[in-house]
Amino acid sequence: MQVNPSLRRFLALAALTLLAGASHAKDITLLNVSYDPTRELYVDYNKAFSAYWKAKTGDVVTVKQSHGGSGKQARSVIDGLEADVVTLGLAADVDALQTKAGLIPADWQARLPHHSSPYTSTIVFLVRKGNPKGIKDWDDLAKPGVSVVTPNPKTSGGARWNYLAAWGYALRKNGNDAAKAQAFVASIYGNVPVLDSGARGSLITFTERGIGDVLISWENEALLASKELGTDKFQIVSPSVSILAEPPVSVVDKVVDKRGTRAVATAYLEYLYSPQGQEIAARNYYRPTDAKVAAKYAKAFPQLKLFNIDDVFGGWTLAQKTHFDDGGVFDKIYTKQ
Amino acid sequence: MFLSRVLLKRHSVLPGFDLALGFALLYISLIVLIPLSAAFLKTASLSWSQFLTATATPRVLASYRLTFGASFLAAALNVVFGLVVAWVLVRYPFPGRRLVDALVDLPFALPTAVAGISLTAIYAQNGWIGQLLPFKVSYTPVGVWVALVFIGLPFVVRTLQPVLEDLNEELEEAAATLGASRWQTFARVIFPILAPTLLTGFALAFARALGEYGSVIFIAGNMPMVSEITPLLIITKLEQYDYAGATAIAVVMLVASFLILLLINLLQAWARKRQGGL
Repeated sequence: MQVNPSLRRFLALAALTLLAGASHAKDITLLNVSYDPTRELYVDYNKAFSAYWKAKTGDVVTVKQSHGGSGKQARSVIDGLEADVVTLGLAADVDALQTKAGLIPADWQARLPHHSSPYTSTIVFLVRKGNPKGIKDWDDLAKPGVSVVTPNPKTSGGARWNYLAAWGYALRKNGNDAAKAQAFVASIYGNVPVLDSGARGSLITFTERGIGDVLISWENEALLASKELGTDKFQIVSPSVSILAEPPVSVVDKVVDKRGTRAVATAYLEYLYSPQGQEIAARNYYRPTDAKVAAKYAKAFPQLKLFNIDDVFGGWTLAQKTHFDDGGVFDKIYTKQ
Repeated sequence: MFLSRVLLKRHSVLPGFDLALGFALLYISLIVLIPLSAAFLKTASLSWSQFLTATATPRVLASYRLTFGASFLAAALNVVFGLVVAWVLVRYPFPGRRLVDALVDLPFALPTAVAGISLTAIYAQNGWIGQLLPFKVSYTPVGVWVALVFIGLPFVVRTLQPVLEDLNEELEEAAATLGASRWQTFARVIFPILAPTLLTGFALAFARALGEYGSVIFIAGNMPMVSEITPLLIITKLEQYDYAGATAIAVVMLVASFLILLLINLLQAWARKRQGGL
């Protein structure tokens, strides 16, 4: 992952000899540990940030990216992967850096605007062209005869958002009756023939294997998929209500203090909130949080009612414990029958 | 240990036994024992009831049934057809034999994820084979079994081949001249010689199947209580940062696998003895 130290020393020496102290420009590398669907976003963004930082300070920043399932990525950082910044799929995974390893302070989420989420997304449906089963809203997913594809919430962060979105809809519809919400979510999972271990796996099951009438998916993945695979095959259906998915970012304090990269790592995350950063997010199908950029890209993202995880579930830690930990509601849905 | 050492020493022509034994033990400790004892130590941090909750819930029990059952059936099928494949490769020269011989190794070399994705695609209901079958394979326990058969085949074939090559055809001829039928020749002459090797092949294929994750995960469908394999539940526990729970399941699998493999080894020793030493 990192440049070999002796090579680095050699390069530094070579640079010194050549320039003979004429320039003070530094070579900096950062490691951004992120989750699966942000690959394309950060390829674009890293280029933009390097240019911006070079113009501002003269230093050359190379940002390395690491992608994988959000939970697995968090575990790598806890186990010692030296990430300067993390940009993960859900706050629970960033929280784990604090609770399991003390790598960041407890108030990490208050350090940047919008709960440290520079861009947001939501959960929508991908259906086959022409929408043969007439799927319009969450109710249609619970009907008998509809086959629903979604990954396993125990192994996939994206799947947890899917589950919570359905649950939140059911609560709202049934006057906050948790028992009714559970029955509703259980009937949706009764229609699920395959629980892939991750969101990309489900996307492949739905698009390539031809399984299912509807895929519950991140909005950014659905937009990317329908563009890559052709709008003649699939279309996106936005439900009336869905969850506001806030993928959070944070500097990893212990690592940046050790490596002396705090200033540049912080700037890296702050630049995500700039108009340029927001444009790049919007072009990669994430909803911008900046009002001006959001207005510019309003057409790309359908208007729907979005609820917040803190308001409906009391935050990630509680949602995780109630629904997804062993013996939680999700397990009950499957072991009861 | 002491006794066998004395015995071995007496028979050995080459010097350096002590040194070799020392190296062997050190190597086994570094590569096998130390990582495994870490798993046991981590599990020891759990109380007895916590251990049971982690390793004996209905969902985990269902996954043991699937993992051990499918691995057993896959290894059993591979023993039968692996013997046929090995026999053909050793006994009958035919054009393209080298090619077929090389093909047998492919499941070794192929990244397991590639194997899993290809098998899923072929056996899905819109796949080449899947659409011809009257029942579902991909995303069912049958799919798990298919993937395990695929990865297990080379273990049986490669174990059998050298033994078959050494098998004296004169033995079969002698049996025939003494009036044995073809079936008797196979059952009474060839099979007893092959039995210990067949068991080794079975053990290797079985052990490999128990730990397989990459290929199975794509074809299984991962439905709780139905098609979840035990390694997936270990990953699931890790996703919850439940390291102790994950290693607890791993320890159960390790102990069970060890006992089964030990049993197979004993069976093998017994078969060898019956055959009259070797």
